[in-house]
Formats: sequence, structure tokens, C-alpha cells
Amino acid sequence: MASCVQLLGASPSPYVNRVQMALKLKSIEYELIEENPHIKSERLLKANPVLKKIPVLIHDGEPICESLLIVQYIDDAWNNGPSLLPSDAQDAYLARFWALYIDDKNVDFQWYPLYKELREAPTEEARKEVLDKIFEGLVLLEKAFLKCSKGKQFFGGDNIGYLDIALGCYMGWLKVIEEMTSIKFLDRSKTPGLAEWAEKFCSHDTFKEVVPETQKLVEIFKMVQGRGKPASG
Amino acid sequence: MAEELKLFRTWSSPFALRVIHALKIKGLEYENIFEDLSSKSASLLQYNPVNKKVPVLVHNGKPICESLVILEYIDETWKQCPLLPRDPYEKAEARFWAKFGDEKLLSLIWNVLITQGKQLEEATAEAVQNLKLIEEQLKDKKFFGGETIGYLDIAFGWTVNLISILEEIIDQKLVDEEKLPLLSAWMQNFSDDPVIKDCWPPRDKMITKYQAMREPYLKKVVSQ
Repeated sequence: MASCVQLLGASPSPYVNRVQMALKLKSIEYELIEENPHIKSERLLKANPVLKKIPVLIHDGEPICESLLIVQYIDDAWNNGPSLLPSDAQDAYLARFWALYIDDKNVDFQWYPLYKELREAPTEEARKEVLDKIFEGLVLLEKAFLKCSKGKQFFGGDNIGYLDIALGCYMGWLKVIEEMTSIKFLDRSKTPGLAEWAEKFCSHDTFKEVVPETQKLVEIFKMVQGRGKPASG
Repeated sequence: MAEELKLFRTWSSPFALRVIHALKIKGLEYENIFEDLSSKSASLLQYNPVNKKVPVLVHNGKPICESLVILEYIDETWKQCPLLPRDPYEKAEARFWAKFGDEKLLSLIWNVLITQGKQLEEATAEAVQNLKLIEEQLKDKKFFGGETIGYLDIAFGWTVNLISILEEIIDQKLVDEEKLPLLSAWMQNFSDDPVIKDCWPPRDKMITKYQAMREPYLKKVVSQ
């Protein structure tokens, strides 16, 4: 029986992109219902009354919230395609732990939110401090990549997996930040594994067909900055 | 090879309780390694270099960090007495509410601990509002996990002891039987469970500790 899958979201959101990537990898057909993240629709408030945020996956009428939980749900609920989480408990642990490190609010070592701090740094000294933390984080992620990939091209091994999606969803916005700051974050001389991974990931259909092109994201960023609201994400 | 399990914790660490509850439910033997967080051991720093915190579970020499992730690891590695629901949707719901709990409960409990008078009233009201949302997840079950303790019970379990300690310190009910009847019953059922009830840290030590945490905030108000 064909199931009904809807995704409440907005295509520039990396969190929505995560879900789209997972759905694509599992060849699941779905309807994307564009939500304006700054104006909460009735539909969104009904689907996610507690947190009132996108993305929300609605599967046969049941809502699932929080991007990485949705990715895990997709992995649990559909058997098509390779598993997104590794089957070995230790490998699954590493994937979950490093996904938390990237941006989970409940831990205090989040990496991606440092970019917001960078944007808001009031002084040159503060900016340098944040940049140092960002690069320290990248070194840790490089180590994580080497451990998880075991010599293969993705964190998930031969195939794109949970951690690839958790980090990879940010690669579009990262290119925007690189353009705006003229800083190369994924530098082959500093983090060769990650740099290579990013190139492979960004040339994969999972990324190309989901994440809007860099120039489009730059336009959105400028428009949103002009309005004085924070960038999507 | 015999399984070797070590748990790096402090005597009062609330999140270490999650790991202890899970290990006990699964019937697993482990060694407690008590840390002094003001002077962390080389072992802890080696096993958890990223955020240097407890709890850390070390399984045959491999460290596992972050309590909710540790629960997933334990459930995947030892199949007896499953903690997470089998149904993908119920699993997603359990994970969502555990995350919600982490985001909200700590700060809500903290706000109750450090306030008095009108502020305490407001902090209590906010706590009750959020606890109601959590109570709704019980529906008509004994535990969040159904007939037996599961992942979400363990995710919230540390609050059971701490809330009762807080109530004694502020001399006020936070989880009122009238306002939160299901949650109140759940707290009793959880505490009474034979596996759980011997795991709580020493009550008098906890009261002393949390009283000492509250003192400076009471003094601050008085001196204004």
C-alpha cells in the first residue's frame, strides 16, 4: 500500500535538507509543502505544537519532528536502500555522538552554531577566538571522519549515511560563509580527509538535487540580512 | 571474552543515573569509577576529550559518551529487556520527548531551586506547565514504556529523586497529586521498582548539596 509522505519545510533550510536527503536515499516519494519559517502556519502549529518548527515529516497522518530524529525514523520505518545508521553498535554510537557535536542544543560543544557567533563577534579579537574554535572543531571532525569512514569515501563508508547527512546539509551554507568571509574552512592542507569528503558529497545527487545552489543561498542570505532577520537554519 | 564495563561518574551525577538504571535493568555488571570534577582524572580526559564530562561508559576499553546516546548503545548491544519501543513511530516519539526533557527540565528545575517568593511561584508554574506536556505522554500506561520501564522512563528518571529532594528543600510540592496525578503515580511506580530503588544517591548528602547550591541565591535577594 502506498503511504502518504509529506514534508513541511523550506528548501533553503539545512534541517529540511537533511530529511530530503534521507528520503532521497531511501527512494521515498513525498510532497514538499513549503512553509515560511518566520510565519507559523496553522498547519505547522497543528503538526508541531510543542516546538513549532520545521521540518516536520507527516507519514500517513502522523507527525515526526526534529531533523535528526526524522532521519532516524526514516531509517527505522523503511527498508529500501542501505541503512543510514551503521549496524555495528560502536559505529552507530560514533555517528550519533558526532552528529550531536555538530549542532545539538543540549550539549555545550556544538560546532556549526559557532558560525553565528562569528557573524555576531563584536571585536576583531572575539572574531579570532571564534575562528580558532571553528578550526579546532574541524580538526576533531577530521579525526572523526578518519575513524568513521575507515578509508572509504563517506562517514558512512561506501554509502552516504546518517553522519554524512548531519554534516553535509550545511555544505551549501558553508560555501556562502566562505564567500562572505573569504576564508576557506575546508582546507586540504589542514583537514584533507574532510576536504575530500566535502567534494565527493557535494558532487553526489543527494546533495546537488536537494540543496539550493550557492548563488541562490547568497541571494537569500542578503535578502534576509536586509530584513534584519537571522538567516535560515 | 568477558564483558568489561566501567562507568565514570560522580556520586550525584543525574545523568549517570540514566546509565545505571539501564545497566541494572539489563542485568549487567559494571565497575563504578567516581570522579572529582574539580580535578578530573587522566583516564576521564583520555576517554572523553571532547567535553570532558561524566557519565562515560567504557565497554571493553571503548568509551561511549553522552547519556542518551549511551542508552541507545546499551539497547543495541544487549538485546534482553529492550528499552526503546519497537515501533518506529513510538521510537521517534520517545526520542523526541527525551530530547525535550533535556532541553527544558534542567533549567526549569534550576529555576525552582534558586528562587523564592513570587519568582518561585512563577518558576513552579512554568515547571508544572512543561511537566503537564510530559505527563500527557503517559496516556493510561503505568510507565512511559508501557507495563515495564523503558527508554523514556529512564530518560526522565533522574528527575524523580531530584524533584523529591527539591520539594523537601523548598518545603513545597512541585509535582502535586491533584495537578499532575499521572506523573505523580509514575514517580511512585518508578521509585518503587525493585531495580531502581537501591540506585539513588544518599539522600542526606543530596539535601546538603542542593541546599548549598540554593544558599548564595537566597543571600543575593536578601542583600538587595
